[in-house]
Amino acid sequence: MSITELGMPGVRPVHGQGNLHAQVAFPRAAKKELQNEQMRANIRHATHSIRAKRASVVGEVPDWQQLRDAGSAIKETVMAHLPELLEQFEQNVSARGGVVHWARDADEANAIVTRLIQEQDATDVIKVKSMATQEMGLDEHLEEHGITATETDLAELIVQLGKDKPSHILVPAIHKNRDEIREIFRREMPETTDELTNDPRVLAEAARKHLREKFLTTKVAISGANFGIADTGTLSVVESEGNGRMCLTLPETLITVMGIEKLLPTYQDLEVFFQLLPRSSTGERMNPYTSLWTAVTPGDGPKNFHVVLLDNGRSAVLSDPQGRSALHCIRCSACLNVCPVYEQAGGHAYGSTYPGPIGAILSPQLTGITSQENSSLPYASSLCGACYQVCPVKINIPDILVHLRDEDVRTRHGKRDRAAPAPSSDDPAIHAGDNWREEKSLTADHGEGGHDGAPRETSLKGLATRARRAGRKVREAVPTRAVPSQMDAMMKGASFVMSSGKRMSLAERGLPLGRVVAGRDHAIGWLPGMVGGWTDERDIPEPPKESFRNWWKKHEGETAQRLERDGAAPASTGDDAAAATPAAEGTVRSGSAGDENDARGAGNPTEGGRTAGHDGENA
Amino acid sequence: MKIALFATCIVDAMYPKVALATVRILERLGHEVVFPQGQGCCSQMHVNSGYFDDAVPVIRNHVRAFTSVDYDVAVAPSASCVASLGHQQPMVARQCGEAALAEDAAMVAANTYELAELLVDVLHVTDAAQQLGSYFPETVTYHPSCHGMRLLELGDRQKDLVRSVAGIDFRELPDAEECCGFGGTFSFKNPDVSGAMAEAKLRNIENSGASLCTGGDASCLMHLSGAASKRRVPVRTVHFAEILASTRQNTLTVEGPVELSIPAPAKPAAATTGGQR
Repeated sequence: MSITELGMPGVRPVHGQGNLHAQVAFPRAAKKELQNEQMRANIRHATHSIRAKRASVVGEVPDWQQLRDAGSAIKETVMAHLPELLEQFEQNVSARGGVVHWARDADEANAIVTRLIQEQDATDVIKVKSMATQEMGLDEHLEEHGITATETDLAELIVQLGKDKPSHILVPAIHKNRDEIREIFRREMPETTDELTNDPRVLAEAARKHLREKFLTTKVAISGANFGIADTGTLSVVESEGNGRMCLTLPETLITVMGIEKLLPTYQDLEVFFQLLPRSSTGERMNPYTSLWTAVTPGDGPKNFHVVLLDNGRSAVLSDPQGRSALHCIRCSACLNVCPVYEQAGGHAYGSTYPGPIGAILSPQLTGITSQENSSLPYASSLCGACYQVCPVKINIPDILVHLRDEDVRTRHGKRDRAAPAPSSDDPAIHAGDNWREEKSLTADHGEGGHDGAPRETSLKGLATRARRAGRKVREAVPTRAVPSQMDAMMKGASFVMSSGKRMSLAERGLPLGRVVAGRDHAIGWLPGMVGGWTDERDIPEPPKESFRNWWKKHEGETAQRLERDGAAPASTGDDAAAATPAAEGTVRSGSAGDENDARGAGNPTEGGRTAGHDGENA
Repeated sequence: MKIALFATCIVDAMYPKVALATVRILERLGHEVVFPQGQGCCSQMHVNSGYFDDAVPVIRNHVRAFTSVDYDVAVAPSASCVASLGHQQPMVARQCGEAALAEDAAMVAANTYELAELLVDVLHVTDAAQQLGSYFPETVTYHPSCHGMRLLELGDRQKDLVRSVAGIDFRELPDAEECCGFGGTFSFKNPDVSGAMAEAKLRNIENSGASLCTGGDASCLMHLSGAASKRRVPVRTVHFAEILASTRQNTLTVEGPVELSIPAPAKPAAATTGGQR
């Protein structure tokens, strides 16, 4: 299977540890965060402005979709050849005087970094934005070993000084507004006075002065990496402030921690990502500070260079063909900025270093779906698809969310191992979903003439037989479970009813009962149990007296009455001719290909209201 | 043409008026509508909740229902359900080891259209006032459903049809592309976030200058009107099929209580009795 294709060992890889585990299930965490009106207002404002900026600069690039395709294809290549590329990367870093360390999990990585710092007799280190070290909980680990780490990225510094947690991948302090930031600085930076204002420039200047001293006196720096280049051993950090540049160049020793998925095969591949990343993340055309370095250059920059390659569950993600594209993520945060769930709940509700839609698929995969409350994360989405639409490397987040929900249900039912093998990436099945719309548009292109009877009809009949035959097979395979949850029972019941028109019809005869429940208010405002979540937030309308299905049985043949009631003069009685002739004279006429041009905008004199509608105010 | 109506479970049970509106529109264009009685649901609720195994019988039933009746094309007044047919049914069937069912489901899906898609792409309806006699003298805004927008890529098909209705005063919806917060079982698994999303949408509807919001998915509309009712916000929703079906002689009434039932045949269709907010 695909596992051997990738040259991975035949054992289930270890899952990740560290700040990846939600401690509280998402619905409960979100409920709490929703109370924080200030945070919600800050996030709403920030995400909406970044969103608009991104849309505008992405719109300028004529080949944006091709760039996304290229980004996705490069990352797929990386995942398919990760072991070889990692070894190539190691060789090239070593050849240029760097040292490569391999860390299977957060503990190993923390131990390696701590040892490297201790070897330099350092008790202070500076850091530049690294999600990998946040994931590992490095700062806390260093503190336990008497080492003080200072974050130098402005937003990370705010979070650190505020003894807070990041809530956004790119803008970790997105939940703080300028007044709150001023308060934190005033409290935590002894050199500030009451003259400190909430002007962003003043605040940035205060941070700069605070950090400048650190840059000049600290001997060891720790960085993350946006990209590692296999064929040259080059690393890259992309940032906006220049603080990262100072971190990467001023200290004597530089330790870079990089997730193994951050590799790119060649230097030239950067061309694609340096276009995709800034436009997707900050809405900038070009990134302000892009640092590239290859191990040690004598007389220029750090004398000692170490890179720690972190797995921490990534191999486990890689082993799932349907979920592995989560590793393509370049941490741009475009998905967070468009996500309506993130916008309401904020980043802390996700309980992991990785918030938002990408976090909802990455965290439970890194830790395994059974880890603490992470199984609630794949459900933290309305599956609206906005994230997939903006993802610069085309990670199909909604599909992976649904896949993880299936994994979760199977796991809880003790059926995970009996799950059908997922198709490998070259299986035509995996791409079938991409083509179904094209199939349809082909049908559409045929227009009315395309519904040629013969071939389709025969095949449709064949389909019916096959569907019936298959029906028996599945019934035997219906699984059992010791203690079904409320959800299980509901799904099972719904499956039984909804898989038969007759049972639907019978069930719908109970609709008038709902009318009794609705009572004088004509609305149902309370339901018991799990579905009570619906009525906590919304009423249910008074159900109709009769379902359409049951109504239609009695009224199917009343076409003429319906037309008459609508004032659409009945079409000529010949049924077959009806399709070709207009249904009515005057106001109503059937469309034909020739109509559409003159029909639109021709302006029917009797329809002044419509004109008003079109010209009317666009509030 | 012979058109098979896939009412979808929510319209069948809760909004029969929407199914009837779809029938009225298609009959007015001179087409014959059939309703495969075996139909149930598209399976989306099961699939999106992770219950793939329980989805399979529902998928099989849909395929059976829509392969045992003779028709030219199938139509559903729901973008989400139509998207589910093509996007999910074959995938789930394949995952559960039902390769033949997956193929059949893909074939049925390829011949099933969302209502606006059918009207615009196949039946070439671009001016509802002229071609359908549609008339609806109300101020209306439009919420595009996520699955219509992103999975079916309907673009402005629904909105353009609504705008072409005689008498309508159309208002653009701010942040229209943002999800309303329904999301199937998301709505009761994450009720607080879902409710907050509904509130944001309701605010935008109010800001549009319209109190009546239309759309192509009864599920989103039920969620929004339910949230409005709970919060005593004066926002009402109506499916765009009902707006297109509305004529000068039989004008859809939205004032006062709205009855979801199909009006009794003896009375004029405009009459509304009983009702609900």
